[in-house]
Amino acid sequence: MSEFEQLYREVILDHYKAPRNHGLLDPHQAYAEGVNPLCGDEIAVSVRFGEGDVIEEVGFEGRGCAISQAATSMLTDLVKGRTAADVAAMKDELLDEIGIPLTPVRLKCALLGLGVLKVALHKAKGTPLPEEWGTQAAEVSVT
Amino acid sequence: MTEIVAPALDAQRLRADFPAFGYEVHGKPLIYLDSANSSQKPRQVLDAVRSFYETSYANVHRAVYTLGERSTAGYEGAREKLRALINAGSASEVIFVRNGTEGLNLVAYAWGLDNLGPGDVVLTTELEHHSNFVPWQYVAGRTGATFAVIPIDSSGELVLEALPQLERKGRVKAVACALVSNTLGTITPVEELTAWAHERDAVMIVDACQGVPNRPVDVQRLGCDFLAFTGHKMCGPSGIGVLYGRAELLNGMAPFELGGSMISKVTAERTTWAPLPYKYEAGTPPIVEAYGLGQAVDYLTAIGLDTIERHEQVLTEHALGRLAELSFVSVLGPPAERRGGIVSFTLDGVHPHDVAQILDLQGVAVRAGHHCTQPVMDHFGIAATTRASFYLYNTLDDVDRLVDGLHAVRKVFA
Repeated sequence: MSEFEQLYREVILDHYKAPRNHGLLDPHQAYAEGVNPLCGDEIAVSVRFGEGDVIEEVGFEGRGCAISQAATSMLTDLVKGRTAADVAAMKDELLDEIGIPLTPVRLKCALLGLGVLKVALHKAKGTPLPEEWGTQAAEVSVT
Repeated sequence: MTEIVAPALDAQRLRADFPAFGYEVHGKPLIYLDSANSSQKPRQVLDAVRSFYETSYANVHRAVYTLGERSTAGYEGAREKLRALINAGSASEVIFVRNGTEGLNLVAYAWGLDNLGPGDVVLTTELEHHSNFVPWQYVAGRTGATFAVIPIDSSGELVLEALPQLERKGRVKAVACALVSNTLGTITPVEELTAWAHERDAVMIVDACQGVPNRPVDVQRLGCDFLAFTGHKMCGPSGIGVLYGRAELLNGMAPFELGGSMISKVTAERTTWAPLPYKYEAGTPPIVEAYGLGQAVDYLTAIGLDTIERHEQVLTEHALGRLAELSFVSVLGPPAERRGGIVSFTLDGVHPHDVAQILDLQGVAVRAGHHCTQPVMDHFGIAATTRASFYLYNTLDDVDRLVDGLHAVRKVFA
C-alpha cells in the first residue's frame, strides 16, 4: 500500500465525496456548531432523540479537509441508536473506525465532529463536555 | 532557456550551507517551500551561535569582566549590522524585540495609546498579517479612535482610490501597511502610502517581515516612521526581531515594558528612562539570538539582497507559469512583476490541509491555512489556501517537484 493510500483510504475518500447523514435535521432537539480556528474547518451537528436519550437521527453540515468531513460522516453512522451518555465517552471507537495514522494536528481534524456532537448532547441532555474541546467551547453556539 | 529564467544565484551550491537539506523526509529529499513562514538556517549562523555560547557568553551591559565585554560587543555589533542592513540613521533607532509581532505591538501600545482618540482614524489594509491588524483594531477600540481598512482588489492589490473616502471618517493619525503580503505576495506601494500619510501628519508603520529577508530595504528611502521585521525568516534564530523607529518619535513615546535595563534612575518618587535604544529593551535581551541574526545579515549581504530578490523573481515567474498549466489550480494574487516569492493557490475540491499532507509525503513542505490573514480569506470567500514560498536555497527543480506533487494530489482525489 502506498503512503497516500494508507492515509487516504478508499473509505475515507468515499465518506468525503459522499458524506452520510448530510444536512441538518428540521426539527431537531440538539444542535451545536464549532470551528477549528487553526485551519478554519467548520462543522454543525443536529440530533433527534428516540426514547430517552437514545440518538435516533443525526445530521451534519460542514466544510474542511477530507479527514474532518469524512470522520464526521463516519461518526454519524456510528452513533445512531446509541445513548447520549455512550457517545459522550466515545473516542477510540471512532479513531478505530477511521483507521489511519494521525499526527497531533490531524487528530484535531478527526475529532472536530465528535467534539461538536458532544457539545450538542451536553446542551440537550447534560452529558459531559469533551475533554479535548478546551478553548473551542467558547466558539460553540447552541440553539 | 531565455535569459529571464537563468537563476540569479547558485542555489544548489548554497543549499550545501544548510544542514536541514542533508536529511530526508519520508525517504525523499526535502523540498522546502515554506520560507515565508520561517527559513532554514545556514551552518555559518549555527556555528557562530554555538561558538558565541562557548567563548563569549555572559550577560550584556553590566559585566566589567572579559566575557561580559565580549558578549556586549557581540550584541551591539549585531545592532550595527542590522542598522546598516536597513540604512537606519543611527543604531539607537534599532530596537531588538522578540519578533515582528512584538515590534508592531510596541508601536500600537507605546505610541497608539497616548496619541489616538475619538475623531482619529487608524488605517490598515485588508491584506495585513493579523500582527499589523489586530493590535491597531484593539488600540483603536481602547482609545475611541476609528479603525478603517484599505481594501484590496480581485488580484490582491491595494485600492488606493479608496483613500479619499476613508479619509472622510476622521483625522488620519496612523497608517499601517505590509511591504509584501505574506499570503498573496503583493508588493505594496509603501512609498506612495508613506507620502500620503505624511501629507496628513500621520505616522507610517511598515510590517517588513516579508521584505527585509529577500530584497534591499532602506528605511530612509521609504521614509516610514516605524518598520518591524523578524529574524527567523532571514536565516537567523527564532526569538529575535527588530523594530526600527525614528528617534524623534521613540524619544517622545512612553515605554512599553518596564523593569531592568530600561531605566536611567529609580527612586521611590520617580523613575527616568534610559536613552535609546535601551528604553525599549527591558530585561535581559535575547543576546545570542541577536548575535546570530547579525551573522545571518553577514551571510545574506555576502550573497546580496538584490541577487536574492532577482532569484526569487525567477522562481516566482516559473511557478506562476507552471501552475497556470494546471486546470484544477487557481492562483491568488498579482502578476509576477508586482509579487514577492510567495504563491498562494487553491485546488478544486481539495482542502489545503489535504494538499499539504500529500505533498509532505513526497518531501515537499508547504503551508496550508489562513496564514494569519483571515480578512484576505474572507475577501476571496475561502477558508484557507495552500502557499508555496521561495528563498535563496530553492531551485527551478523545486518548483517542478511541487507541480509533480500537485498532480499526485489530483490523482488521490480524482
